[in-house]
Amino acid sequence: MGAKAGSSPPVVPPPASSATSFFPSINGLKLKTKQQELLIRVSILALVYVLAFAIRLFSVLRYESMIHEFDPYFNYRTTLFLTEKGFYEFWNWFDFESWYPLGRIIGGTLYPGLMVTAALIYWTLRFLRFAVHIREVCVLTAPFFASNTTIVAYFFGKEIWDSGAGLVAAALIAICPGYISRSVAGSYDNEGVAIFALLLTFYLFVKAVNTGSLAWALASAFGYFYMVSAWGGYVFIINLVPLYVLVLLVTGRYSMRLYIAYNCMYVLGMLLAMQIRFVGFQHVQSGEHMAAMGVFFLLQVFYFLDWVKFTLNDPKLFYSFLRIALTCAISVGSLALGVGMATGYISPWTGRFYSLLDPTYAKDHIPIIASVSEHQPTAWSSFMFDFHILLFLFPAGLYFCFKRLSDATIFIVMYGLTSMYFAGVMVRLILVAAPAVCLISSIAVSATLKNLTMLIRAKNNATPMGSSKGTASLKASAKLIFMHFQASSFDQPLPYQRNVAIALLLGAFYLLSRYAIHCTWVTSEAYSSPSIVLAARGAHGGRVIFDDYREAYFWLRKNTPADAKIMSWWDYGYQITAMGNRTVIVDNNTWNNTHIATVGRAMSSYEDEAYDIMKSLDVDYVLVVFGGVTGYSSDDINKFLWMVRIGGGVFSVIKEPEYLVNGEYRVDKGAAPKMLNCLMYKLCYYRFGEVTTEYGKPPGYDRARGVEIGNKDVKLEYLEEAFTTSNWIIRIYKVKPPKNRW
Amino acid sequence: MRKVFACALFLLLATWMTTARSDLVISKVDRRIDLTSHIVRVLSTLKVENAGRVVVSEILLAIPNMQAKNLANLKAFYNEGKGKGSAINLPVAEVHPEGMPRELSFYSISLHEGLEKGKSLTVNVLSIFTHSLQPFPEEISQSDVQLVVYQDSAYYVSPYEVKSQSLNVLLPGGRVESYTKHPSGKLVDSEIKYGPYEKLPPFSYSPIVLHFENNNPFVVAQELVREIEVSHWGSIQITEHYNLAHKGATNKGGFSRLDYQSRSYMGGRSSLRQLIARLPPRAHSIYYRDDIGNISTSHLWGDSRKTQLEIEPRFPIFGGWRTSFTIGYSLPLQDFLFVSEGNRFLNITFGCPMDEVVIDDLIVKVVLPEGSKEVSVSVPFHTKQWHETKYSHLDIIGRPVVALEKNNVVPEHNTYFQVHYKFNNLSLLWEPLMLISGFLLLFVACIAYMHADLSISKSSASYIAKLQWDEVQATVQQVQNVIRRCLSAHEKLETSLQDLSRTGDVHSCKATRKIADGLLKELSKELKPLMGFLQSSPQAAQIWPKVEELVAKEKEMQEKLMQKHVAVVDCFEKKYSGREIENRVAPYQQKLSALKQEVDDLLDYIDEI
Repeated sequence: MGAKAGSSPPVVPPPASSATSFFPSINGLKLKTKQQELLIRVSILALVYVLAFAIRLFSVLRYESMIHEFDPYFNYRTTLFLTEKGFYEFWNWFDFESWYPLGRIIGGTLYPGLMVTAALIYWTLRFLRFAVHIREVCVLTAPFFASNTTIVAYFFGKEIWDSGAGLVAAALIAICPGYISRSVAGSYDNEGVAIFALLLTFYLFVKAVNTGSLAWALASAFGYFYMVSAWGGYVFIINLVPLYVLVLLVTGRYSMRLYIAYNCMYVLGMLLAMQIRFVGFQHVQSGEHMAAMGVFFLLQVFYFLDWVKFTLNDPKLFYSFLRIALTCAISVGSLALGVGMATGYISPWTGRFYSLLDPTYAKDHIPIIASVSEHQPTAWSSFMFDFHILLFLFPAGLYFCFKRLSDATIFIVMYGLTSMYFAGVMVRLILVAAPAVCLISSIAVSATLKNLTMLIRAKNNATPMGSSKGTASLKASAKLIFMHFQASSFDQPLPYQRNVAIALLLGAFYLLSRYAIHCTWVTSEAYSSPSIVLAARGAHGGRVIFDDYREAYFWLRKNTPADAKIMSWWDYGYQITAMGNRTVIVDNNTWNNTHIATVGRAMSSYEDEAYDIMKSLDVDYVLVVFGGVTGYSSDDINKFLWMVRIGGGVFSVIKEPEYLVNGEYRVDKGAAPKMLNCLMYKLCYYRFGEVTTEYGKPPGYDRARGVEIGNKDVKLEYLEEAFTTSNWIIRIYKVKPPKNRW
Repeated sequence: MRKVFACALFLLLATWMTTARSDLVISKVDRRIDLTSHIVRVLSTLKVENAGRVVVSEILLAIPNMQAKNLANLKAFYNEGKGKGSAINLPVAEVHPEGMPRELSFYSISLHEGLEKGKSLTVNVLSIFTHSLQPFPEEISQSDVQLVVYQDSAYYVSPYEVKSQSLNVLLPGGRVESYTKHPSGKLVDSEIKYGPYEKLPPFSYSPIVLHFENNNPFVVAQELVREIEVSHWGSIQITEHYNLAHKGATNKGGFSRLDYQSRSYMGGRSSLRQLIARLPPRAHSIYYRDDIGNISTSHLWGDSRKTQLEIEPRFPIFGGWRTSFTIGYSLPLQDFLFVSEGNRFLNITFGCPMDEVVIDDLIVKVVLPEGSKEVSVSVPFHTKQWHETKYSHLDIIGRPVVALEKNNVVPEHNTYFQVHYKFNNLSLLWEPLMLISGFLLLFVACIAYMHADLSISKSSASYIAKLQWDEVQATVQQVQNVIRRCLSAHEKLETSLQDLSRTGDVHSCKATRKIADGLLKELSKELKPLMGFLQSSPQAAQIWPKVEELVAKEKEMQEKLMQKHVAVVDCFEKKYSGREIENRVAPYQQKLSALKQEVDDLLDYIDEI
C-alpha cells in the first residue's frame, strides 16, 4: 500500500492528450478494479461452493456411495418409487409393506419435498443424457444443497451486514460440523434440503422487509412453500417470523415495508402450504400456527389505526379511539381463539411442540419421543464439538449486531437466540441453529478483521508519500480510527498500535485455521460413518468392517417368502423394508403408539405369551440386534428398557420394576427373573452361553455390557434360529407354525 | 417306480433290436462317468468298425430322453494319428431317424471322410449333463452330509451291436450309501466299475442306481446377464449380474451360526462359502456388489497370465438358499478388439468365468459404441439372438446391443465368440464435442444475460431513475478521476521541491510548476461540465454536497500548494538556510496535510456510495 497503489494513474500523462481520448481509458481502469473485486469474490464463493461439497464426501471415500442411517432408507425407497411409477402413483401410494396389518398412506403422511427434488435432479440429468443411477443422486443431494446453502448464506450476510461478512458466513457454514452432521453424502434426509429452504426463506423475507418489494415477499412465500414441503421444521419459520414482526412493532420499527413483506408472505405462504397433503389445513386449525395468524390480524389493526390517526389529526381523539379499538380487537381475537379451542376446531399443541418449550415434558409423557437419542437435551460438549470457535464468536457477533441495529440485524439476532435455545433443548436442533450461529459469527469475524486491517493500512497512509488509496475496499465507516489517526499524525504515532493489530490479526487467522482443522477432523472422524456399516480397528491395526446389517437384510430379501412379516423394534423398520424388501410390523414413522407398544409388549413378555401376540400379528420372523459378541453398544438389550416403558405405557401388564433389580438394569446372574426369561433376552442370548467371546473370560461373556450373562441355557419352544450374521450383530428367528392338535 | 419304468424301457428296446442298422459295429466302448462335481461328464471312447459294404459317413449316438433333457453339451472328436495327436472335432447334430424308439434321442456325428468298408475309427464322445444328480434325502439339516442319487445304464445304449464294453464311475469320495451290484458292479476306492460285457445287441439297457455322498455346493445361476460394453477410448467393461441358488439338498431346521463357525466338520459341509472367478489378465477396476451396496468380502490377485477374484457371498449359501450379486471389471481394449479388412471384430469368451457353475439361462449382451454399423455375430453353438438399443452417458441415438441367449450352460461353453461391426473413428469425437458445445452455450447464455436489459417497462419511474443513477455514478467516477489526477500533479510538485532541496536547480523546479499549473487548469476546466451535470441531476442530490466539498477542498489544497511552492522556490533563490525555509513552510505544510486527509476521506466516502 505504498504511494503507487495499483489503480491510481502512476504518472501524470502528458497534458497534450485531449480530454475525449482520455476518459474512456481511465474509465476502463476504474472498472477493472471493480471487476477485480468481483472476480475475487466470485472465485472465493466458487471455492467455498466446491469445498462445501467436497468435505461432505468423506463418507463416500471411506465407505462407499450408500444411504446412511435409518430415515434416509425410507426416503430412498420412496424416491425410487417416485422415479419408477411417477408422481401421481407416488401421491396415491398405499404401502402394504409397513405397519402390518394397518398399512400406511405414504402420500398423505410424508413431506414430499426431498423426494421430488431428487427425482427432478434425476430426471434433469437423464434428460441431459447422463446415465446416472437414482442412488447416486440421492447420496449427493445433501452435499449439493449444502453447497447451495453457502451461496444463500453469502447473500444473507451481505443483506444484514456487508459482502465481507457474507463471504465469511459462506465459508463458516460450508464446514460447520453442526450442519455437516446432517448433510454428509448419503445422509439423504429432509434436513439436507430443509436447511437450505429455511435459510432461503429467511433471506428472502429479510430482503422483502428491507426493500418493501412485493416481488421479494412473493419469493419468500415460495421459499416457505418449499420448506413446508420438505420438513416439519417449517413450524419454526411460521413462529419466528411473526415473533420478529411483533418485536419490530413493539420497538417502533413498523413500516410499510414490513406490512407488505409479512402480509404477502403469510397469505401466499399459507395458501401454498395447504397444497401439501400432510400439512393440509393446519395453518388455520392448529395451535402451533395461531401466532402467525394473530400477528397478521394485529398488523391490519395497526395499519388501520395508523390511517385513523392520519385522518383524525387530533391526538386526544385518537387516543380515546385507540383505547376502544384495542379493547375490541383483543377481546374479539381472544374470543375467537377461545371458541376455536373449545369447539376443537383449533387443535391444541402437539407433544413435540410442548417438549420443545418444556424440555422435561417428553420424559414424563411421551416415552417414544424421549427414547430417541437425538431428542435428548444437548450436552455442552456437543455444542463445543459442533460449533468450536463459533461458540465464542456468537456473543461477539451479537454485540456488533446490537451496535448497528437495523431491521435485518434484529432478525438475525432473534433467529440466533431462539434457535440457540432450541438447540439446547434437543440435540438435533443444533442443525437449525448452525446457520444463525455462522451468520452472527461471520459478522464478528468480518467486522473485527476489517477494523484491524484498517488500523494497519491507515498507518501506512500516514507516510508523507501516501497520496491516494486505490482500492475501493477501504471503508469510511471507521471514522473513529481515522480521527485517531489524524491525531497521531501530528503527535508521535503510538509505537505498538500497528504491531498489536498485526498480532491480533494473526491470532484471528490462527483461530480460524484451528476451526477449519477441527471441522475437517470432526467430519472425517465422527460424521462420515454410515452407521449401517461399522468399522473398527483390528488387532493388527487393519480396518475391520462389520457389514452385518446388510448381510441380514439381504438374507431376508433372498431367502424368506416374499410376503413374510418381520417383527423387530421400530428402529430397523425402514431399513428392513428398503433393503430387505419385506413387510414390517412397525417402523421409524412412529405414528401409531399402540402398535409400537404391542411390539414392545411382545418383546418383554415370556415366550408363550409373546407367541400369542406374534400369531395375532401374523409374524413370520423376529429380528433382534445383538452386540454381545462385538461389543456394539447400541443394540436391542440396551434399548430394551424403552421397549418396556413404551409397552408399559399402553399395556399395564408390563411393569418396568419387574425388569429391574433395585432400580438397576442388569443381564447377569443378579438380573430380575422376568428379565432373564423374556423374549428379547432369550432371542439375544440363545446359545450365547456356549460362545467364548474374549480370551480369559468365561463363555457367555457379553462384551457390550462387560458381564457374564445370567441365563446360559436358553431354550426356545416356539421359535427357531433362522439366521445369525457373521458377527452375531443381527439374529433372525423363525416363528414356528402352531403345533398340530393331535 | 423308477425300476419299473426302466424295465419297461428295456423290454421296449428289445423289440426294436431287430430293426437296428447293422452296417456299423462298435468293437469296443470305454465309458468314464465323472460324478465328482454336480456336473456329470461322460466320456465314451468308441471304436467303430464298418462291417457293411458301403462307405458310412455318419455315426448315430443314442441318449435316453430322460438324460437328453439335461444334456448341456455333446462333443465328438478323434485323435489324429496314434497316441496323443491333436484332437479334431467332429460336427454333431440332433437327428430324428425313422423307425427308431421314441424313448431315445439321437445325435449323429458326421465324419469328414466316410468310413470305408472294413476300416475302423476311434471316436471320443464327451457328453455333459446338468441337474442329473438328485439329492436324496431332499431335505437335510445343517450338520448332515448331502447324499445324491444318480441313474444310468450299465450298458452303453447304442443302435449298433457292441462287442465289448466297460464302465467306470468316478465318485467324489466319502460314503457310498448303495449302488446297483447287478450286473457285476464293483466298488474300488471311490470308483465303481461295471463290466466288461461282451457281445451285446443294439439298444441293450440295464439300469443302475448309485446313491452316494457329494458335498459339493450345487451352484446354479438361474439367470446370468453379462453385459460387455466396448468403448473405443480403450477399455471393455464387463458387468455380470448373477442370480445364484444352491440346488442341492434343502436346508431344514434353521441355521446355527455357532455350529457353522466353531464346528466346521458338522456345520454345513455342502454350503457355498466362496466362488473363484478367473478373469483375463490385466483386468482392472473390479467391483463386487449387489442391490444394496458393496460387498466387502472379496480378494484379488493376479499375474501376467490371469487375474483371480475370490468372492464370498454375504452369507453362506445352504441348499435351497439363494443370493444375487454383480461383478464388474474392465479389460484393455487391444487384447480383445481386432481389425480385419476395415471391419472390427471383438473376440471374447462367452460363458461365466467361475468354476463349476451351471447357468440355466445365460444372456450375453454386447454393447457397441454409438454409431456402429453392420453388426454380426459368430458363435460356435446355437443361441437365440436379438438386437436392442442402450442409452448411456451422452447418447443421442443409443448404442446398438446384440443379445445372445443360451440355456443350460456349463463351463465347457466358455469359448470365444466374435462380434463383427463397422465403426468410424471420427464418431469418437462426437461426445466430447457435445459436452464442449454445451458448456459454450451455457457461457454464451450467461454473457447474453449479463448484457441484456430484461426490464419489462422501459418507461417506468424506477427504470428511468436507475438509468439516471447509473449516469450520475459514471460522472462521479469521472470527477474522482480528475481529482486523483490533480492529486498526482500535486505529488509532482512535491517531488520537484524535494529535487530542489537536493540539487538546488531552481529553473527546472519552476518549469515543473508551470507544467503542473497548466495541467491543473486544464483539469479544472474538465471538471466544470461534470459539476454542472451533477448539480442539475435530481438523482445526485444526495451525493452533490460531498462532491462539491471535495472539489472545493482540492482547490484550496491547490492554492496552498502553489503558495508553498512559490515560497520555497523564493527561499532558495534568496539562499535562506534550511531552518528558515522550514519555518516559513511549516504553516502551509500543516494546512496541506490536514487538507489532504480531508480530501482522501471524502474520496473514500464517495467511493462507498
